[in-house]
Amino acid sequence: MIMSDEHALSQHFEIRGGDFSNAGKVSTTIKEILQEIGIDPAIIIRTSIAVYEAEMNVVMYARKGMLTLNITPEEIHLKLDDQGPGIKNIDLAMQEGFSTATHEMREMGFGAGLGLPNIKKNADRFLIASIPGKGTLVELTFFLNRDGKE
Amino acid sequence: MTLKEIKELLQAEVIIGSDRLDMEIQFAGGSDLMSDVLAFGKPGILLLTGLSNSQSVRTANIIDATAVVYVRGKKPDQAGIEFAREKGIPLLSTKFMMYTACGLLFCSGLPGVSGLAHKKI
Repeated sequence: MIMSDEHALSQHFEIRGGDFSNAGKVSTTIKEILQEIGIDPAIIIRTSIAVYEAEMNVVMYARKGMLTLNITPEEIHLKLDDQGPGIKNIDLAMQEGFSTATHEMREMGFGAGLGLPNIKKNADRFLIASIPGKGTLVELTFFLNRDGKE
Repeated sequence: MTLKEIKELLQAEVIIGSDRLDMEIQFAGGSDLMSDVLAFGKPGILLLTGLSNSQSVRTANIIDATAVVYVRGKKPDQAGIEFAREKGIPLLSTKFMMYTACGLLFCSGLPGVSGLAHKKI
């Protein structure tokens, strides 16, 4: 992929909490953007999976979230900042199988406690911070020109 | 195995994608849990699921699944069908339950995601 700094792309997406009928649309749009600019399909899959899980987390748990996508010649960077209940114990939330999901979330095929571990597994760099009662910030980086995690 | 052969084995109804039944399917996986599909699915998978909301089709699109087979006679909602049409993902519906549908395909030689294939004794 050839992209100079002046052609770096930045875009914002709003995600509404509880809006199950539109859940997944932002991830689909991001996947389309990555396909259009010719990102490696293996990186597209990892990015799409991580973004989709992160988007579903906002829809399921938060009031609203703002997702910022930045693409430079070196990396895809995603920042997802939500307003919601936050996460009291991040170590616990990162454990596979731990979940605070409701019946409705499970009916959607999510809420099995696999989301955050799966996001971390797919991203090359994963950062999470949360203030209980305020919200959660997730930052994901996918490197375009080198293999593997840092 | 082609999607047409899968349709016949599962006595399935084609909801959308009848023009794409000649596509070759290499492997399949079944789950109602989309987080599992996102964690263990691979591009090219034929997804069998009992989850009939539009998240099943969105998940299939995210992981580049070839097609989706709904078990227990389920069908996705209209939003799911429209999204599949837009993305060119064939959707089928079989009356068989998950266990039977997967068993029929596996015993006919269609491997799972791990590549494990049925061996005749």
